[in-house]
Amino acid sequence: MAADIASAQKRAPWILLSPSLTTIGLLLVIPMMFIVVYSFWLRTATGADQVGFYVDNWQEVLSDVFYRDILFQTLKIALYTTVICAFVGYIPAYFVANTKMRSKTLLLLMLMLPFWISYIIRTMSWINILGTSGALNGLLLWAGIIDSPLNMLYNQTTVVLGLVHYLLPFMILNVYVSLEGIDKNLTEAAESLGCNGFQAFREVTLPLSFPGLAAGSLLCFVLAAGTYITPLILGGPRDAMFANLVYEAIITQLNWPLGSALSLVLLAFLGGLVVIYTRYLGVDQIAKSFR
Amino acid sequence: MDDTKRYERLLTRFKNGEISRRTFLTVLGAAGATAGIMGGPMGMLVNSAKAATPEQVRFDGWGGVVSEAFEKYAFAPYTQKTGIKVVSGTFGGADEYLARVKSSQPGEFNLAHLSGVFDYARYHNMELSSELNEDNIPNLKTVIPNLITPLRKISNGKLSAVPYDYGTTGIAYNRKHISDDEAKAKGAKLMVDDAYKGKIGGWAEWKTRIWYGALQSDQNPNDIHDIEAVWDMIRKHRDLALKYWTSGAELMSLLAEEEIYVTEGWSGRIRALQDQGHDIGYYDPKGGLGWQECIFVLKGSPMAACEELLNFMLEPDVAIAVAEGQSYPPALDPKKVELGKVIPTLPAFDPSGTLDGLSFFDPAYWNKNEADWSKKFSRVQRGY
Repeated sequence: MAADIASAQKRAPWILLSPSLTTIGLLLVIPMMFIVVYSFWLRTATGADQVGFYVDNWQEVLSDVFYRDILFQTLKIALYTTVICAFVGYIPAYFVANTKMRSKTLLLLMLMLPFWISYIIRTMSWINILGTSGALNGLLLWAGIIDSPLNMLYNQTTVVLGLVHYLLPFMILNVYVSLEGIDKNLTEAAESLGCNGFQAFREVTLPLSFPGLAAGSLLCFVLAAGTYITPLILGGPRDAMFANLVYEAIITQLNWPLGSALSLVLLAFLGGLVVIYTRYLGVDQIAKSFR
Repeated sequence: MDDTKRYERLLTRFKNGEISRRTFLTVLGAAGATAGIMGGPMGMLVNSAKAATPEQVRFDGWGGVVSEAFEKYAFAPYTQKTGIKVVSGTFGGADEYLARVKSSQPGEFNLAHLSGVFDYARYHNMELSSELNEDNIPNLKTVIPNLITPLRKISNGKLSAVPYDYGTTGIAYNRKHISDDEAKAKGAKLMVDDAYKGKIGGWAEWKTRIWYGALQSDQNPNDIHDIEAVWDMIRKHRDLALKYWTSGAELMSLLAEEEIYVTEGWSGRIRALQDQGHDIGYYDPKGGLGWQECIFVLKGSPMAACEELLNFMLEPDVAIAVAEGQSYPPALDPKKVELGKVIPTLPAFDPSGTLDGLSFFDPAYWNKNEADWSKKFSRVQRGY
């Protein structure tokens, strides 16, 4: 009898976990295994895949300087985006967290508003703002600041700008959650001990909001590094990120095995980053901003 | 012969339109009753029969004004006449569509508005092609023979598609900044002219970039001897270009907003811009790129329904209306069919019906080099 109870108690967690495990297995692990298997196949001249175990794709991806350079360029763009999001996003997050306004909920709702509009539409809106006949050029011409329209579009700066536009709400929400959790008495205590407002912020608020900043940075970095739409819409001929190479391998060249190997390389880099983050900060902070 | 084989033959005859749905189901039902079986191969075949005389067929095309023209002039009347609904989808390019088809089950995708002989060969080589029963498409006789012949050569004398329209990828330029004389004098080299740095565009498609790279390096695009010279021209164009466009809509927007002054462009899209009042010139340089588009029927499709739709789409009234809607000349032979007043004014229209003045991709040559060149282009585009 006691043995039966012990056995049932042992099984219970697995039974409770089984829906989650099944979902993760079916939607994540098995498709990932397919990608791993695919990466060892070869693309034939006719475009058909040659089944087998070939390391050619991996050799090419790991030894070719072209892929390495584009990967570094991707990480660089993602880093710029993340840093800008952190600086630009902290201010509204701080304002929302500390405002005495009654309509705080409305402010939070406004932060969510961009998510209701398609990411592609939001990205394309920059063409109407920065284009030669766009709003900004129109304003500068009207004000007499310039004589002819400036070429502001289709370069790496506009790619970063598009990514910041897309990812800023993620950063703000994460930082806001972190700031909201800080006990206000701590800041007041710092001030009562002689700190001025900026010192109290630097010594108390900023360090305590760091987990939120880090969580927002991780999200922004990972999402930025995995995008391919933004460089496609706002980039020039040379501007590409690693995901564009995956897209081209799979769609244009119809080389699914090479595309699989490329996507696994990107996954390994970004996955490694998440592992490092989790090791030092934990994933709880990210989850908080979605609660 | 076992029952399954017999049923499969019966189904094939039915899909080919040799027997009617009623006959097919009657024979199948009688056989089922005789054998006293339910399910198994019978159930599977009945399901296949439903797919073979479907309530709907799927058509995928380029979207935009082209799809609107198909919807309005071809699909709606076809549905009204036959009761078969045409589910219309869009794709951004033949590559993207091929990736979708490759990952689907046979029959999931039926008809597609594909570009040129090159794609026809590619789909055929990947064993995605069907075999049309030309007796079910009597309007095929009105199509320009020079558009049909290259397709037959690829698929051993048979057809998996009907040619539907043709056009050119010529040089489009803003007349405010570039005169007609300058465009004619410089030809393809206009797009590598330093004077227009930052105001040049180009299609982000490896085949077109290489074709124009060949013209810019004074080579025959269907017989390139110095590919390095072509890559150098592509690099030069890349460094002068503001943007590689990826869709007809983007091409039109870039030209209309004057983001770029010169690019290669699709004749029909440029005509659409001209019709909207934009002062855009269009010129097919010597050796300029011609292409045809066909309506391709994919393997596993309900053939009888698809052939009926193809025949309907080739009806002169329908084909001309679609052609006027999308601004590309129809594949109908002007010597056999009266094409009206608008078609002869469309860019790329050939009144002789021979298309002798146009150059097309040689499918054997380009398919042979596809894997290497598409991969290399990806690198060259990124600065290598």
